[in-house]
Amino acid sequence: MLNPKAHLSNKLFSSDIEKTPTRNGYGEGLVEAGKKDSNVVVLCADLTESTRSEYFQKAFPDRFIEVGVAEQNMASLAAGMALTGKIPFISSYAVFSPGRNNEQIRTTIAINDVNVKIGGAHAGLSVGPDGATHQALEDIALMRVLPNMRVIVPCDALEAKKATMAAAEIQGPVYLRFAREATPVITTEASPFTFGKAEVFMEGKDATIVAAGPVLYEALVAARMLEKEGISVEVLNCHTIKPLDAETIAGSAKKTGAVVTVEEHQVAGGLGGAVAELLSQLHPAPMEFIGVHDRFGESGTPAELWEAFGLQHLHIMEAAKKAIQRKT
Amino acid sequence: MTTTMKQYSFQELEKMANTIRQDIIEMLVAAGSGHSAGPLGMADIFTALYFSVLKHDPKNPAWEERDRLILSNGHICPVRYAAMAEAAYFPKEELQTLRKFGSRLQGHPERKRLGGMETTSGPLGSGLSQASGMAYVGKHIDKADWRVYCLMSDGEQECGQTWEAAMFAGKNRLDNLVGILDRNNIQIDGFTEDIMPLEPLREKYEAFNWHVIEIDGHNMEEIVDACNEAKNIHQKPTLILSHTTPGKGVSFMENKFEWHGKPPKPKEAELALRELRGSSMKIEN
Repeated sequence: MLNPKAHLSNKLFSSDIEKTPTRNGYGEGLVEAGKKDSNVVVLCADLTESTRSEYFQKAFPDRFIEVGVAEQNMASLAAGMALTGKIPFISSYAVFSPGRNNEQIRTTIAINDVNVKIGGAHAGLSVGPDGATHQALEDIALMRVLPNMRVIVPCDALEAKKATMAAAEIQGPVYLRFAREATPVITTEASPFTFGKAEVFMEGKDATIVAAGPVLYEALVAARMLEKEGISVEVLNCHTIKPLDAETIAGSAKKTGAVVTVEEHQVAGGLGGAVAELLSQLHPAPMEFIGVHDRFGESGTPAELWEAFGLQHLHIMEAAKKAIQRKT
Repeated sequence: MTTTMKQYSFQELEKMANTIRQDIIEMLVAAGSGHSAGPLGMADIFTALYFSVLKHDPKNPAWEERDRLILSNGHICPVRYAAMAEAAYFPKEELQTLRKFGSRLQGHPERKRLGGMETTSGPLGSGLSQASGMAYVGKHIDKADWRVYCLMSDGEQECGQTWEAAMFAGKNRLDNLVGILDRNNIQIDGFTEDIMPLEPLREKYEAFNWHVIEIDGHNMEEIVDACNEAKNIHQKPTLILSHTTPGKGVSFMENKFEWHGKPPKPKEAELALRELRGSSMKIEN
């Protein structure tokens, strides 16, 4: 059952639901953050159009810095800028940032605890035809293990915009993860977004699905189909992976007694790992994990890849039933 | 220095550098680990910076108008800690806590633990990027008067990131940025030109649109003059290619790459201190 307080799109399950890539929300959020605070600056490593940093470049050319194909330099330049009071956002593909520049992020941003925001675009399998080298499936894990770092994975373009604006107001390092593919705009302007707080998108009692990113849509479709089979599933939008909303997740697990995590990332170290760590302490429950299981991606359309890697609603339905069966 | 602060003569600066070398030996022997050669080799440059070149206020390390000093090769931090203590950023006794549990003087420097450190460093190659980020803001966004100094080792010229930053600084004409390269020819595994030949460094930086000044890194007058010359270079960052002797001032450490990453034992420290005290007397006379 949809939670009315989530104010989700009234076209949620209709075929003409608007589809927009989450990276567009990043670009729009950068412009809004830039209007609000003149200290916001944006750096990009030769991917200005495809990371949508160009929206900011057009609005604030004097505060946009092109660094060329040099992600390591970009991370540390941003650290230096933050030390002068700026709020730098660094933009690239997630495989390069926070992939290639991981040590620079660790030392000059995270240990240094400076106010740098890392925007990782083209994360997940849905990058599609570019193949494994460009499909970041480990970026959440890389960022989640760093003290001082926060991790946000927005589920749609609108939430991406809100998350980007929220990140600008957080004092300290934040990682924001975006995707390439146009995906359903699940939320509306009225939908609540609070950093660090998971939102209940659907209420249920038999199992809990904890999902993050655009693949959350598959979880909503799965829950709706399960409802028709008489299975009541709660769906949580866990956009903030660090810090995890322990109260909402453990509370839901306690209520339903079975949990499925859904993400477009390696389960090890990803949302699945994070939720398992949390629940093993607070409220152990049978868990199933939808995500990538120790493999690299490959070329294909996003839909082909989600099917091949088991990320679609049918896979989620199966996982939910399995978790429910495992209840003692 | 703030304008109200004391102006030091070159002889006084040399004496201070000698004191800082003694501080370094005492710190390292107390710590029982750490790097000897690099800090001793850079004592003259740190003295010149903290006691003549930098616009700074030890009582207010976060002063907005201060010049920024980025130490990229964080492992030589004992020399910076000693110079800061001599400049009264913190009590000299604290130098004895180097590398100890709970100390603000971490094995590699951390901004959040010690005011005035500017940033966190150790892993090589990222200092010039951070300094360039600061200089970019100072020149192009905030139009500020402060300058940025970045100390680098020669070993870290092997890092690709150093050249990414050199390209960025050259492109953006960061004339408020001064790189000071400690050309002491050693790194952990041996001599730089055996490990990975770096020359011609001058021509490399010039090709990246930098102004290059070569100096004897133990000559106070040359160090101060080079920093002043850099202030008059427009539309280009300046690299002070500073030829130094690793282990300078302690004869048995000089030019020995074996002393890159180890501290003196107590007996060796005694010898080193005796030699340094002797040199100090000579400066006075």
